[in-house]
Amino acid sequence: MGAVIVFPWMFTVWMSAFDWKIGTEAHFVGLENYVKLFTNRRFLESVGHTAYFTALAVVVPLVLGTVAALIFHREFPFRGALRAIFTMPMMATPVAVALVWTMMFHPQQGVLNYLLSLVGLPPSLWVYSPTLVIPSLVLVEIWHWTPLVMLIVLGGLAALPTEPYESARLDGATEWQLFRFITLPLVAPFLVVAAVIRTIDAVKAFDTIYVISQGGPGTASETINLYLYLQAFAFYNIGNASAVVVVFFAIILALALLLLHVRQRTKWAAG
Amino acid sequence: MTAAAVVRSPSRARTRRRLRKAGFWLSVLVIISPAILVFLWMLSLSLKNEIDNLAYPPVFIPDPPTLKNYVQVFTENSMGLYFWNSIVVSGGATLLALLVGVPAGYGIARLNAQKLTVLILIARMTPALSYLIPLFTVFQFLGLNNTLTALVITHLVITVPIVVYIMAGYFETLPRELEEAALIDGGSAWTLFRYVALPLARPGIVVGTILAFIFSWNNFVFGAVLAGRATRTLPAAVYNVLTFEQLAWGPLAAAAIIVTLPVLILTVVIQKEIVAGLTHGGVKGS
Repeated sequence: MGAVIVFPWMFTVWMSAFDWKIGTEAHFVGLENYVKLFTNRRFLESVGHTAYFTALAVVVPLVLGTVAALIFHREFPFRGALRAIFTMPMMATPVAVALVWTMMFHPQQGVLNYLLSLVGLPPSLWVYSPTLVIPSLVLVEIWHWTPLVMLIVLGGLAALPTEPYESARLDGATEWQLFRFITLPLVAPFLVVAAVIRTIDAVKAFDTIYVISQGGPGTASETINLYLYLQAFAFYNIGNASAVVVVFFAIILALALLLLHVRQRTKWAAG
Repeated sequence: MTAAAVVRSPSRARTRRRLRKAGFWLSVLVIISPAILVFLWMLSLSLKNEIDNLAYPPVFIPDPPTLKNYVQVFTENSMGLYFWNSIVVSGGATLLALLVGVPAGYGIARLNAQKLTVLILIARMTPALSYLIPLFTVFQFLGLNNTLTALVITHLVITVPIVVYIMAGYFETLPRELEEAALIDGGSAWTLFRYVALPLARPGIVVGTILAFIFSWNNFVFGAVLAGRATRTLPAAVYNVLTFEQLAWGPLAAAAIIVTLPVLILTVVIQKEIVAGLTHGGVKGS
């Protein structure tokens, strides 16, 4: 267990201090890989793409997942079966899903443009447009991962006490007030857990982006993970890629700590 | 609405209740339709011939449905071989993870939960590529690249944390009194684990096995980087082989269904347990 976690890290940190491509001589360069990274325009742009992708891929599933959880929290016929259908995307193989979305995004024969035309909207270039590629990829991410948020929030709703609702109803509170002032504060810790998980996963998103757009058009959807993959396994630039891994992990760690800090505060506020 | 108003117009109240009910069912329909439509479209693409797949406006219902695409990917694109590779890799990595992870989970559950949480968080945060680069270099050195052995070892990165996590969570819920009783009767640590904890933990082992298998099965990048032409796992093969050999949509959709159907079936079979296992902090393969 220790070897599985410790060895790759020691190797990565050590390698990040070398200028080494597979098949060539390795040169010790100290921190030069890191210094270069912070002046590397392509890398810096990939950080921006990652931030944009992550922001959308966290916020939208969080909102939709909460709405879905409120629906599935109520009692209704076939609830179990319908919930099973709703959660299916989350377990489906990402590559298989990505292939189908690739076909759906196709500007000429894609079914999405046909659906747009049915409601009178002009066709879109989807992932073939440099400006729309990231929102389009986020659409796949939303489809894939909203169920996970729903399940986490549903777990929170199941644990809610009933007394505050009864007394608030007696005081004439509306459904919206019940949600805003009782439900939301009580499920807030679960929303934070969902946000942490979603953030970590969105920052690391790889399969769907790689299959659908390969970081393109050009480098318009190249995230840190895509850039890392190309450096390591297209250019075999192990030294540089190792430096990217270290920076990438630092970013993920910082985000997770930030969100966990928020969690501590919400817990504290909730008593 | 006041009580008096309800008494005065019972039919209006009924209409309102019906409208609310209809609105509720409409919202249920809206939230589940994206899931249903994408899977149905996948199925539809796989059952149509190429002319219908490229038709505009799209043909939704295959008429007549054909299994040609499925036959084609098995006979011309060696889907059978890749399917077998995936079973060997995910099965092997899951079995090895059980050997290591069940005792490890037991140990962690009996130590403390704080360490477990930190361990799980780190495993989840680490990008898959950060394991892949060192392992790729080592396998290159050992001449193991392009072998199934290398893939099984790498997939342990996915399966071990899941098994440890699920098992630690499960062992924690078992009452300690049983073990204490066995301890008083003079049992060793091994006897406790083997004859008391292990038999009780069977449901946990089932969930851990299935989840580890699913996340290993779904993994794409390890196979894409480490496997050779004949050792690719299904997801890697579907992307790397089929998209080059088959630009046709029908066979691609058929292949996509073949990859993901086993997972969807497993998911439906143990729906409840998966939900419990996943939401208890959330596990996903790196």
